[in-house]
Amino acid sequence: MDYGFTTAAYVVAAVLFILSLGGLSGQESAKRAVWYGIAGMALAVAATLYGPGAGNWLISVVMIAAGGAIGWVVAQRVQMTEMPQLVAAMHSLVGLAAVFIGFNTHIELVRVMGMDEVARAALDGFAAVVAEKTGVETNILRVETFLGVFIGAVTFTGSVIAFGKLAGRVDGKAKKLPGGHALNAGAAAISLALLVVYLMTGSTLALIGMTIAAFFIGYHLIMGIGGADMPVVVSMLNSYSGWAAAAIGFSLSNDLLIVVGALVGSSGAILSYIMCKAMNRSFISVILGLVGSSGAILSYIMCKAMNRSFISVILGGFGGTTGPQMAVEGEQIAIDTEGVAAALNDADSIIIIPGYGMAVAQAQQAVSELTRKLRAKGKTVRFAIHPVAGRLPGHMNVLLAEAKVPYDIVLEMDEINEDFPQTDVAIVIGSNDIVNPAAQEDPNSPIAGMPVLECWKAKQVFVSKRGQGTGYSGIENPLFYKENTRMFYGDAKKSLDALLPLID
Amino acid sequence: MKIGALTEVFPGENRVAMTPESGLQLVKLGHACVIQAGAGAKAGFSDALYTAAGVEVLADAKAVIKAADVIVKVRGPEAAELATLKKGQTLISFFWPAQNPELLAAAAKKNLTVVAMDMVPRISRAQKMDALSSMANIAGYRAVIEAGSNFGRFFTGQVTAAGKVPPAKVLIVGAGVAGLAAIGTSVSLGAIVHAFDVRPEVAEQIESMGASFVFLEFEATQDGAATGGYAAPSSPEFREKQLAKFRELAPEMDIVITTALIPGRPAPKLWTEDMVRMMKPGSVIVDLAAERGGNCDLTVPDEKFTTENGVTIVGYTDFPSRMAAQASTLYATNIRHMLTDLTPKKDGVIVHNMEDDVIRGATVSHAGAVTYPPPPPKIAAIAAAKPKPKVVELTPAERRAQEVAAFTAQTRNQVTLLAVGGGLMLLAGLFAPASFMSHFIVFVLSVFIGFQVIWNVSHSLHTPLMAVTNAISSIIILGALIQIGSGSWLVVVLAALAVFMAGINIFGGFMVTRRMLAMFQKS
Repeated sequence: MDYGFTTAAYVVAAVLFILSLGGLSGQESAKRAVWYGIAGMALAVAATLYGPGAGNWLISVVMIAAGGAIGWVVAQRVQMTEMPQLVAAMHSLVGLAAVFIGFNTHIELVRVMGMDEVARAALDGFAAVVAEKTGVETNILRVETFLGVFIGAVTFTGSVIAFGKLAGRVDGKAKKLPGGHALNAGAAAISLALLVVYLMTGSTLALIGMTIAAFFIGYHLIMGIGGADMPVVVSMLNSYSGWAAAAIGFSLSNDLLIVVGALVGSSGAILSYIMCKAMNRSFISVILGLVGSSGAILSYIMCKAMNRSFISVILGGFGGTTGPQMAVEGEQIAIDTEGVAAALNDADSIIIIPGYGMAVAQAQQAVSELTRKLRAKGKTVRFAIHPVAGRLPGHMNVLLAEAKVPYDIVLEMDEINEDFPQTDVAIVIGSNDIVNPAAQEDPNSPIAGMPVLECWKAKQVFVSKRGQGTGYSGIENPLFYKENTRMFYGDAKKSLDALLPLID
Repeated sequence: MKIGALTEVFPGENRVAMTPESGLQLVKLGHACVIQAGAGAKAGFSDALYTAAGVEVLADAKAVIKAADVIVKVRGPEAAELATLKKGQTLISFFWPAQNPELLAAAAKKNLTVVAMDMVPRISRAQKMDALSSMANIAGYRAVIEAGSNFGRFFTGQVTAAGKVPPAKVLIVGAGVAGLAAIGTSVSLGAIVHAFDVRPEVAEQIESMGASFVFLEFEATQDGAATGGYAAPSSPEFREKQLAKFRELAPEMDIVITTALIPGRPAPKLWTEDMVRMMKPGSVIVDLAAERGGNCDLTVPDEKFTTENGVTIVGYTDFPSRMAAQASTLYATNIRHMLTDLTPKKDGVIVHNMEDDVIRGATVSHAGAVTYPPPPPKIAAIAAAKPKPKVVELTPAERRAQEVAAFTAQTRNQVTLLAVGGGLMLLAGLFAPASFMSHFIVFVLSVFIGFQVIWNVSHSLHTPLMAVTNAISSIIILGALIQIGSGSWLVVVLAALAVFMAGINIFGGFMVTRRMLAMFQKS
């Protein structure tokens, strides 16, 4: 069978995918970029169905239609605040699909190996490709399949746990089974041993054993990471799902799968890198993380580097804590709605710093309304977005966009940090670590050196917060005790709704 | 105690140290009040008003001095006036101890306790008795009003049916309390206001009042906080630069109000004769420093005159007195606050606590001794500005060298990475079969393209990026599609499931991305 046409279509699809990712450099071109992606995907699927995937095509079409319908409905219904969960859930699907496809390859391999020459010659489709492999190539195929299944399995359970944590169904705190990371290392070592066994014998049992070990690694890795590190986790999982696709592409000798897998994998890796940098993770741990995406041991080290509390214990060099944290002096001074309203009415320039708390309280509409009112009075209102605000990279931007906050007043940390001293009022809505001055002032703080939004330099700071606790990360925040800080306690949405009528 | 207010004897002085309102408040403190008949007349407070407020009106100064324990006044006493005071009496008024050492010695000799309102330290707690600030505030306002009445045009620019009127340009020299008040007044009248001060830290205050700060490029500027918030004499080089700047501004300015004073020194000459000559006819100069010699070379104290080129120079020294009602109200309140501090128990008993920073600072003569100058206050007037870390200015050559070094380091890094990467690649090629290597090249190039492309994605679009890459990663569906045609039922089932899941992902991922992107909009 001649697949020349299919290959040509793959080339076009690959170009479309690259354009699709490249188009995300700006808000306007991004809208076009999605269509490139859709067209690329349609082309790739159609060409495969027409060419190498022609067998049982009816089942394929029915399955795509069924899955597509579900995907469509879910995508329409999902709340923008639930975006992190959705992305995590979708990653798990890709991971599981990779596991299934890997197993299929194995089954075909076993089936073909068991045939005689005559039967092999009569095969068509994927089995024929497998049949033509030489001894070395078969071994490579086994490694590729093994890797694909491994990464897929880690992605699957990891994403399921991440989904659970983000959706609040699993406790967000970092939790480990007794034995901690040694368990992960053990499971990774078992996987490696099983790879050798699998290469030698091609035993199905070895593959299944490894899959179980990989499932465990994915589960346990993500369980051990606290909710505040979720942006890194989600982008790492994104990266994994890409590498899984690439590994599967190798085992199926499908260049488009390799290309797209590599694109997604590297994009996820870069996102993790950006997130890590924003949280002051060491560059080395990121490099390890990049390489680590394809190897269990290294990703284990990477995740160790992400998990702050254990940094110092195991890998002392990654900027861990070296002494007691500075004690915070003073008291948190509360303020009522009228006080905030009066200050806002007097202010000329206002910067709003949203965090995960805004998403939790669904307060983005109220924030948007507040912004609209203040801007209508001729005040300068801008948003300062920390790279790791929220639970997804760019989470806050999406929420604010949903609430119709114009994107040109939503600025990044580097763009706006210098403007705080000239700002009358900074409003912190449900963020904590990203505005923690301890990162700059206290070398012993767990987040020392992490770039933060210097909101305390504004003339006045209001912090909208549910209560006096330390929040997700458990780190004391001296900002709340500063002289120019006033605490605006209460649910962010309720507080802002109460505030709105007082702005005139 | 009995508080007595005297009529001011200085010619042209209209203010009075006690108003009916402040008298009422003093009575609440447990004191009794007396006032000389007619003392408040020029400030618009008749004797009847005082009587109604419970203040006893006495016929003349002699009677007041005889009756009262504490004498309050506005201006410092004349030598003759001082002589009439009783031994051991307390006097609260302006005194200017540095300029009047003989008067001070005489007061100490008479065992007078003198509280000089001009010596109240500049700390937050004492602001309510800071009479200098109250008077300066009035002077600043009045200076603009005087300038306006001598200026033949509008302050504000207008376009009327009868033609266009340009806005007046005002320069305020010295942004102390008077200067800031003058800025505020002229800004609210609609003028374009520039202001200058030797203390760079007041630039913010100037701008907050709506004027633009005349910026002077000069390195070694002084820290005004070290001198208690007042200006200190500047170096000759600085002065030259300053004058050059003024010469540049002089032809443009319609109104110049100078308020520059250095404590304990004659007023600095900042507006020279040649600057006056450069100004347009009809321009006005108001010199608030006239009493101390004036900031302008041509100022004649207490007089207003017009130069040959038509510039009016106002040298009045009695701006607060020209607004006697307002000035008296504020001054009397300052005095009342001072007495409140002197009467801690509000029982009409004055406790002269020399441990108190404010009282100690203001008291220049007590218990027969001169107590001027006071020891430095325990609390610094203004927090000293932290010395700014010096940013080392790089010369162009150094900067260039740094860039070159950075570039070399970058090149070295890249070459190292390429060499290591290339070496590994060759090693892989030695062992792996050609079929694998061809795919591997595709893989490496794709990773490379991915890196290049993703760096350009804007921060705010990271979530859409994740959704898109998520949708795209369901390209894994191709693997399942290829396998689904297999002969083994197990493979078919697993492949079908994979297709199903990838299908969810494709549609869900792209839909959600489109939804997100549709929300991003410009203002």
